[in-house]
Amino acid sequence: MQSMRALVLCGALVLAVSACGGDDGADGGSASGSGSAALQATPTEPAKESVALTATDTSCVAAKTDLPAGVVKFVIKNDGSQMTAVYVYRSDRTVVSERNNIQPGTTADFVVQLAAGSYQLACKPGHKGDGIRQDIKVTGEVAAQQDPRVTRAVQEYRAYVAAQVDDSIAKTEQFVAAVKKGDVAKAKALYAPSRVGWESVEPVAEAFGDIDPKVDLREADLEEGQEWTGWHRLEKALWKAPGTLKKEAKYGDRLLADLAELKAKLPGAQIDAPSMANGAKELLDEVATSKITGEEEAFSHTDLWDFDANVAGAKKVYDLLTPILMEKNPALVTTLDTEFADVAALLDKHRKGDGFVSYTELSKDEVKELADAVNALAEPLSGLAAAVAS
Amino acid sequence: MRLTRRRLIAGAGVAAGAGVATAVAVRHDAGEPARAASSVVPFHGPHQAGIATPVQDRLHFAAFDLVQPSPAKVAALLRAWTDAAARMTAGQEVGRGAVGAPLAPPDDTGEALGLPASRLTLTVGFGPSFFEKLDLEPPAKLRKLPHFPGDKLDPARSDGDLCVQACADDPQVAVHAVRNLARLGFGAVSVRWSQLGFGKTSSTTPQEQTPRNLMGFKDGTNNIAGADTAALDKHVWVGEEGPEWMRGGSYMVTRRIRMHIETWDRTSLKEQEDIIGRTKAEGAPYGGVREHDPVDLAKQPSDPPSHVRLANPGSLGGVRILRRGYSFTDGSDGLGRLDAGLFFIAFQRDPETGFIPIQRALAASDPLNEYIQHVGSGIWACPRGVRPGGSWGDGLFS
Repeated sequence: MQSMRALVLCGALVLAVSACGGDDGADGGSASGSGSAALQATPTEPAKESVALTATDTSCVAAKTDLPAGVVKFVIKNDGSQMTAVYVYRSDRTVVSERNNIQPGTTADFVVQLAAGSYQLACKPGHKGDGIRQDIKVTGEVAAQQDPRVTRAVQEYRAYVAAQVDDSIAKTEQFVAAVKKGDVAKAKALYAPSRVGWESVEPVAEAFGDIDPKVDLREADLEEGQEWTGWHRLEKALWKAPGTLKKEAKYGDRLLADLAELKAKLPGAQIDAPSMANGAKELLDEVATSKITGEEEAFSHTDLWDFDANVAGAKKVYDLLTPILMEKNPALVTTLDTEFADVAALLDKHRKGDGFVSYTELSKDEVKELADAVNALAEPLSGLAAAVAS
Repeated sequence: MRLTRRRLIAGAGVAAGAGVATAVAVRHDAGEPARAASSVVPFHGPHQAGIATPVQDRLHFAAFDLVQPSPAKVAALLRAWTDAAARMTAGQEVGRGAVGAPLAPPDDTGEALGLPASRLTLTVGFGPSFFEKLDLEPPAKLRKLPHFPGDKLDPARSDGDLCVQACADDPQVAVHAVRNLARLGFGAVSVRWSQLGFGKTSSTTPQEQTPRNLMGFKDGTNNIAGADTAALDKHVWVGEEGPEWMRGGSYMVTRRIRMHIETWDRTSLKEQEDIIGRTKAEGAPYGGVREHDPVDLAKQPSDPPSHVRLANPGSLGGVRILRRGYSFTDGSDGLGRLDAGLFFIAFQRDPETGFIPIQRALAASDPLNEYIQHVGSGIWACPRGVRPGGSWGDGLFS
């Protein structure tokens, strides 16, 4: 109860401060000084540092570039003429986190947890290109004794991710072999299973920013001049122009090479309990935005396979974090148990053979029923990260 | 020509029961920054706000279906909705606000931050299917509306287990309210359909001019005034005849009425006026000079009968309803025609003596039918108002 009260107070404080117009950098800094004093009492980790970041069409300037390890809040002011995005990259060019869709003339908070090391901030005006980069240096220790249950959950999750990626690679090898032989029927049958491992751990893969678009980009998302590679290119050839399949063989090899790169990078993936929980939430976001609408598998209509894999990946995270959640928020466990079971029961209605019926066989009412169940699960699941961190 | 907000607020001071407060009516955590206090309509009271309340400029109406027929889930939902509604109508944020713990999604979606309460009212109703699914005794007067000639009802825009009528002077405030209630409802209810309305077509403050509908006419001039407690008690509020939770409540009928705007616009002024039974410029009934002059049925066109003649209480044995309809435009229909019309909302004590006989008369012989089509429909039992500390639908499950 104590912490709840503090949280309410903190909300009021932050609101009061922002209502006083903390738009410029200096105010932003001092504002969060008082804000974080109140945040100290909150259950989640406090922002140790608030840094004003001014983005324009041609510049990206952080008020401070030497930062203490821990939670950092960037208060981003977009003074440019177009929408911008801000990324934080590790020195190995992987993405720590990103904040998109910051409209011109607006200010947005971007909260990131950073361990000691070298990073790059990138502003991407118009969401294009590599961005305007600035080096930042993070020093110090993140105090906090890791809960051994968290350590274990993270270890087990790493093993799960590795196994899922291995599974995807093994099945993609068979799929690509069929593509090369021009065996359309077999390739069609192997397409959806080859994606299951990938779909169940996609948020982890997305942290390696460049791999996701190489293997999983949809035709509609291509930028001008961008070469289309990955599963969906092969999907279109298989279902729309099977006669050209053999010509697509090189894209099968590319897909395998990109997945191998993902596998090689996995040990370097930064995984902690909040990032696991956020990944679970992102998997449900995937379901809600592209699977429930049938947009993901525009040609094969195997969306329910992806749907099931996304939910399975989220369920794995939840299962691993349940022991911690039981202590912190048992009511959320009850809710999530029910909602995961509801979604699973609904999906079971559409199973066929080893997989699922085509998305096109679903009636409008059945899609609505699935969408309702996804909303019912995703809403409480969005509270998982804060709950395990409390 | 349009009412200014200042005049509306001034006019509302006389409204009984559901007027506009001049101070914050609901005060929660001390020290919390409350938004501008002058535009707050009290949430608690014997009647739900949003019925006799002076009609606001904008509407977001949403119909919901129960995901599971669980009384416990529904009661918990109504409790959560009540808490959120009390806060939002007072200009406050939902739950712990739009900014809180950085790792958690904010309780409030945030798009109304910094906006005044904008006279937001939230009015809840239960459809016939609500009682069927939960195996509850429905109030006697709540029956599915009969089919009226000319109805072309789209099930995807009709009916529902529950509804929320959100009215406010700022569309963003109304949309924020429905969005946050829908979010709180995930798992218990799902949105079946919703409707935005951009311009009020009725007024419950008769000293003001009646707003025009998209046909360019003032309709519903003889509306029940929000301050006319005798008329409200007689025609709008449910009395002893209803179950306790309905006493002080009302039955709401909603109809999505598409207007064939393009053909109407090709109709001569004379014919338009004959069809309505009023002059277009002033809105005076035939035989009268000013808008609020009494309707003289002898002066109204009878072959075919005018809209005013058919809908007038004098033709219908004294039937009166309280209307709060809004104009809507949902873009175009793919054939280059505006998908526009009237989202009709009416409150009454008994639909059998209110909307139903009026619509029977209109559906049978209103010359306006050539230019309109009823494409959505709903009937709802709106319970009595919420007492401080109480919840919407208190008494439903006992």
